Amino acid sequence: MHLNQKYRLYSILLIAPSVLAILVFVYGFIAFTGVASFINWTKMKIDFTFVGFNNYIRLFQTERFLIDLRNTLTFTVLFLLITIVIGLLLAILVDQNIKGESLFRNIFLFPMAFSFIVTGVVWRWLLAPGNEITGALGVNLIFEKIGLGFLANGWYTDPRIGIRAVVIAAVWQYAGYIMALYLAGIRGIPVEIVEAARVDGASEINVYRHIILPLVRPITLSAVIILGHISLKIFDLVVSMTGPGTGFSTDVPAFFMYDTTFRGNRFAEGSAIAIILLLLVAILVVPYLINSSKVEVER
Amino acid sequence: MSALTVTHSRRQFKFRWSRFFIYLVLIISVVFFLVPIYLLLITSFKSYQEVNMANMWNFPLKLSLESFKYAWFGSETGGYRGLSGNFVNSLILVIPASLTSAIVGSLNGYVFSKWKFKGSDAIFSLMLFGMFIPYQSILIPLVQVLQWISTFTNPIIHAIQGSTVISGSHTFMYWLGELIPGYGTIGGLIMVHVIYGLPIATLTFRNYYAGISRELIEAGMIDGDGFLGLYRHILFPISMPGFVVVLIWQFTSIWNDFLFGIIVTSDPNVQPITVALNNLAGSYIVEWNVQMAGALLSSLPTLLVYIFLSQYFIRGLMAGSLKG
Repeated sequence: MHLNQKYRLYSILLIAPSVLAILVFVYGFIAFTGVASFINWTKMKIDFTFVGFNNYIRLFQTERFLIDLRNTLTFTVLFLLITIVIGLLLAILVDQNIKGESLFRNIFLFPMAFSFIVTGVVWRWLLAPGNEITGALGVNLIFEKIGLGFLANGWYTDPRIGIRAVVIAAVWQYAGYIMALYLAGIRGIPVEIVEAARVDGASEINVYRHIILPLVRPITLSAVIILGHISLKIFDLVVSMTGPGTGFSTDVPAFFMYDTTFRGNRFAEGSAIAIILLLLVAILVVPYLINSSKVEVER
Repeated sequence: MSALTVTHSRRQFKFRWSRFFIYLVLIISVVFFLVPIYLLLITSFKSYQEVNMANMWNFPLKLSLESFKYAWFGSETGGYRGLSGNFVNSLILVIPASLTSAIVGSLNGYVFSKWKFKGSDAIFSLMLFGMFIPYQSILIPLVQVLQWISTFTNPIIHAIQGSTVISGSHTFMYWLGELIPGYGTIGGLIMVHVIYGLPIATLTFRNYYAGISRELIEAGMIDGDGFLGLYRHILFPISMPGFVVVLIWQFTSIWNDFLFGIIVTSDPNVQPITVALNNLAGSYIVEWNVQMAGALLSSLPTLLVYIFLSQYFIRGLMAGSLKG
């Protein structure tokens, strides 16, 4: 008993520096940013004059921010939907006892080794539309060569496409990861369950529809959380691939926040954007965290 | 009898069609995944003379390393900096940061898995939240705090970098100074990455140690091991897989980080490789082949890790998914 008490003290001492660091650098800093979003901090020197919700109101009256929110919504919906569908499809296909399975898996997964900056730089070149002087470039050039010239378009330079072009690059980077998650899930299903269904005469499609897909639903939830929080705070990929684009057609809140705060020195407004981003992520993540910690306790 | 043969052959027929479609879709996907890599490789191995827009998809007629030379050393006539210095910066950043994060994560994991106390699970959950926050929400105070730290550490850094106590040790003293935390130093970036890497490192080790039986710990206690002795003699020796997973995870995410790099460092001599690559690629005077060569060079370390340690890399990704 005495020993246990001593060890509890040691335990607390051992984790104290980390817990303190997280308290200050995560919770303290968030609180600071929260306060900063309610004051009149519009130049380098901090000004603590309380202005209420003015910074938020101003943001929602700024066209750029409204465009950014719409872009984020478009990006998130498309990115999640496409990545999850492709990831699941690839997992199912790779699981069909195919030849060269590990080669396929590795090819699909290895874009994860690149940074968003590299992905952006490469896709900017791939989707460069070209002009009168250069002629068609990148993917457009391929379309022309194989007689699909009508598919050629301005990609990220076309405001009507805008952020959707960035989705392609993001899907390329993350689809393999989602495949790996699903594959691990599918392989974790006990063989007996699937075999029993087959013996009962269920067709392959029904085995997937009624047995495998419902069992991998928790993975879909994880995928939504992982991709969703990447997507809401996306920054690097946009910086390196397109920048804010014509009429902010590829702009996102994280980029606006960077511009406002670190180039424009309008710290209060930057803080307000940051807090909105945090709230968006929290809506997504907090229920999941609470739920998974409940499961832990039950275990 | 004949009916049976028919169904049999029909079945096989259907079977083959589905096989055909499986491979067809897989191969189309492989094309989608490899096209960017193909373009990255062929463009970076082309010489300036060969970078012709109409032939951008063609294989280079002659393999040239010219683009790599420009991407690495820069070009005075072209007026841009090479990536070599920033590559070294990233190495000096990533090695101590990943090691520190793994060691601290492993000690935290030891407590959170083997010495749970009332409220320890709640503290752990509070730590985990740090993994998910958009870092935009901490950047502003982070810069302020780093600048405040700099007011104390800058004189020390200048003293170290200006001193010639050990003769002929200028470079050594320079790097020693850079390792001290502050705003705009590599040490500052190391500190930031270690702190924000704590949640994932702790989580990975906690899950890893949770699979190790309590009896081992009790056996160690009977052998007279104390609190830290148990860690050193029982857990640490079997921690290698956990260390490899965390080291690889931290290595790739720190190497690939851009946000902290661009916020904490503004001096091109100190900036990590991602920031330098973005500057190189963002300047319109730099040719595509040099940009691609730069992209390839800056991905080499993580690509090598992926190629040679892919199983651990994947395990790290899985740990990152909060599963388990």
